Amino acid sequence: MAKISMTVNGKTVSGDVEPRTLLVQFIREHLGMTGTHVGCDTSQCGACNVHYNGEAVKSCTILAVQADGSDVVTIEGLAKPDGTLHPMQAAFREYHGLQCGYCTPGMVMVAVDIARRLPCADEATVREELYGNICRCTGYQGIVEAVMAGSEAMQTGVLPLKDHH
Amino acid sequence: MYNFEYRRAQSVAEAAKLIKEADDGKILAGGMTLIPTLKQRLAQPSDLIDIGKIAELKGISVSGKTLTIKAMTRHFDVHSSPEVKKAIPALAVLAGGIGDPSVRHRGTIGGSTANADPAADYPAGIVGLGATIETNKRKIAADDFFTGLFETALEPGELIIAVHFPIPDKAGYLKFAHLASGYATCGVMVSKTGNQVRVGVTGAGPNAFRVPEMEAALAKTFTPDAIANIKYPADELLSDMHASAEYRAHLVTVIAKRAVAAALA
Repeated sequence: MAKISMTVNGKTVSGDVEPRTLLVQFIREHLGMTGTHVGCDTSQCGACNVHYNGEAVKSCTILAVQADGSDVVTIEGLAKPDGTLHPMQAAFREYHGLQCGYCTPGMVMVAVDIARRLPCADEATVREELYGNICRCTGYQGIVEAVMAGSEAMQTGVLPLKDHH
Repeated sequence: MYNFEYRRAQSVAEAAKLIKEADDGKILAGGMTLIPTLKQRLAQPSDLIDIGKIAELKGISVSGKTLTIKAMTRHFDVHSSPEVKKAIPALAVLAGGIGDPSVRHRGTIGGSTANADPAADYPAGIVGLGATIETNKRKIAADDFFTGLFETALEPGELIIAVHFPIPDKAGYLKFAHLASGYATCGVMVSKTGNQVRVGVTGAGPNAFRVPEMEAALAKTFTPDAIANIKYPADELLSDMHASAEYRAHLVTVIAKRAVAAALA
């Protein structure tokens, strides 16, 4: 067993884990935070994305021991403590960027990462950047619109509303 | 995943010592191939020696006509580096096409090079640009490095420290990516330095290789048409559910032409 500690959503957490424990298992099973999903478990679908030292990574493909000493943010860490959604979460709701919701935590974490790195990304760039996130429901249209609107909201503070006609 | 001992090395010297001491140790770089391999129980190392946090193994620098990328530099860093974009833009393109953004935040040039996946992008870049692999023991020329399917000239316990790329006058990289995995069914790096041309191919054979006949033709006339009728022999290429050897041989010519066009663009 290895003793590890890291910051998750601003709080210091620690635990004893086997070296083979994945970061996503540590988050879900040791910390009991089940917002981060395991989809494919083969680092392809992106449902398990978290922010690791400020960047989107697939938490099913990092060992918890590797993350010792790191700063992790999960989907639970995006909204404000009073429940106010992060602008990207609000955009996913407004633009219907989900159906079943299984891929959504990973999609939102990657969307925030895209918005930070490429604040003015056009639609083609957003689609390319979402290459590592698979959604089997939506056909991606709503997700792409949400990422672009959420990105704008993160910069301006105002979420452009969807034309619901 | 089978269990293993985990050791985090703080320096190259410590990593070399730990790998020597282990029964059947394996170096953990970014882990983007190794961890999925362990999860499928396709490997059972006694120890994982994590070199991902060794500061002396990170960084990109240009000195004279050489671009040096240290082993634990991530694909994301190579793709977004102003130095790489200026010195060898084709290499920035190559790094930006590996995996997906989240994978590029973890995967490293040293890990990818040492793993020598037949369909990985970096081997084409290393062979096509004529890079030198620096290890903790010696320097290995690109032409001597990739020796077979997932096989390299690295000896047990030998670690990649850096990859040194001579800066060419022109270079272009292009791949025909498998739609689901993004791996290269065929990828070609073409470079031109003075009258010297190199053509490095990945994805098509068991390991990255050069195409001397194309290099000779391009040295005379550096245009896509110069190699339009040069075919690589299919009997030396891979054949699998994704593409037959004949199809890969066809792709070598098509993608090499496009890589030349990219170098000229």
